Amino acid sequence: MHEQQTATAEVPEVKNPVESLLRMDRMPHIWCPGCGIGTTVNCFARALEQSKVDLDKTAIVSGIGCTGRVAGYLNLDSFHTTHGRAIPFATGLKLANPDLKIVVYSGDGDLFAIGGNHFIHAARRNVDMTVICVNNLIYGMTGGQVAPTTPVTAKGTTYPYGSYDPPFNLPFLADSSGAVYVARWTVYHVHHVTKAIKEAILHRGFSFVEIISPCPTLYSRRNRLGDGLDQMKFYQENSEIRHGANTKDVDIDFQKKIIVGKFVERERKTYRQLMNEHLTSVFGEQYTKYEG
Amino acid sequence: MKKVQGTVVIKADSCKGCAFCVEFCPTGALHLSDSYNAKGYRIPELIDETKCTGCGLCGLFCPDFAIHGFIIKKVA
Ligand SMILES: Cc1ncc(C[n+]2csc(CCOP(=O)(O)OP(=O)(O)O)c2C)c(N)n1
Ligand code: SF4
Ligand code: SF4
Ligand code: SF4
Ligand SMILES: [Mg+2]
Repeated sequence: MHEQQTATAEVPEVKNPVESLLRMDRMPHIWCPGCGIGTTVNCFARALEQSKVDLDKTAIVSGIGCTGRVAGYLNLDSFHTTHGRAIPFATGLKLANPDLKIVVYSGDGDLFAIGGNHFIHAARRNVDMTVICVNNLIYGMTGGQVAPTTPVTAKGTTYPYGSYDPPFNLPFLADSSGAVYVARWTVYHVHHVTKAIKEAILHRGFSFVEIISPCPTLYSRRNRLGDGLDQMKFYQENSEIRHGANTKDVDIDFQKKIIVGKFVERERKTYRQLMNEHLTSVFGEQYTKYEG
Repeated sequence: MKKVQGTVVIKADSCKGCAFCVEFCPTGALHLSDSYNAKGYRIPELIDETKCTGCGLCGLFCPDFAIHGFIIKKVA
């Protein structure tokens, strides 16, 4: 076994800032070499620190999948729910505990295939939570089946000759369903991802951050795109930052330019505000506003 | 202008040899060394420690929480 290496032995060791947020007893994690999920966790850890939210009042909810593992690795109140049900679980958590900060952290298949209905309705009702989607364009955990995000012509185990299903454009779906904050970055954009997560957490209402991420083991290998680093270099060379872009225009085509940026930032009343206002208008003084 | 000197700590046992740190270090201070960890992954090392500014970017990129950089001193 290797000893920890430091270039200058006498220097007091500064801890990796992500470590205080991780369950170090569960490391090393199960993610493959060059998988982007771990990098998003670095960004998330820094975003939480910078946003100065009270970690005792922060809860993380994941569904099932490689990304769903994030909840189990974080040293925070975290819930690993059943497949697709992170958002309804998170909605209940928020309704019962309105002062909690809720972050849903899950994969594209979990959030947009089996969980797609929950996503659009939580956005429509503007439930106050942040949804982070690690979009590797595939079902990673189960062996590389095509997801609702897989670009047309990309191969998966369920489409060995390439997919012909038009994929969802996630920022457009979030925007048109009513999300108040919508951003997309890739794992290459570590500083932007950090900033977007921070902004999303601090923005009241339903906020959404999509992070395009390499899955070298399944997506890249089957599509002959090299390893995780090759995918990262692809993002570096082929991303175009277009803040405020019309979300209709940000579709992802197979190995084509990826439009990234902050697309939506607006205010809408949240589910709880609407409920309190409406019931006050109906019942007047008789109604006690729900504050948790 | 004051320059800073940084260094990195590498947890060799956690590294999976993806080379994100090597590729995205802004000063080119790292390379994959000739040594392998117990799982057979090639691990990075500083090529030239004077090049490291302790910017911490390697740690932000590393998907395995296996490296991080920090400032150790200011150099006049
Ligand atoms: C009800 C149910 N159906 C199917 C599955 C199998 N399953 C587990 S994870 C997953 C998809 C994961 O894809 P994604 O959410 O994109 O996560 P990734 O592994 O790519 O991070 C599926 C279909 C399950 N666990 N439960
Ligand atoms: S299968 Fe893909 S998404 Fe899952 S850990 Fe491996 S590289 Fe990551
Ligand atoms: S701390 Fe910065 S300069 Fe030093 S090795 Fe890491 S990325 Fe390179
Ligand atoms: S980024 Fe991390 S896992 Fe990848 S080579 Fe560097 S230290 Fe190893
Ligand atoms: Mg996926």
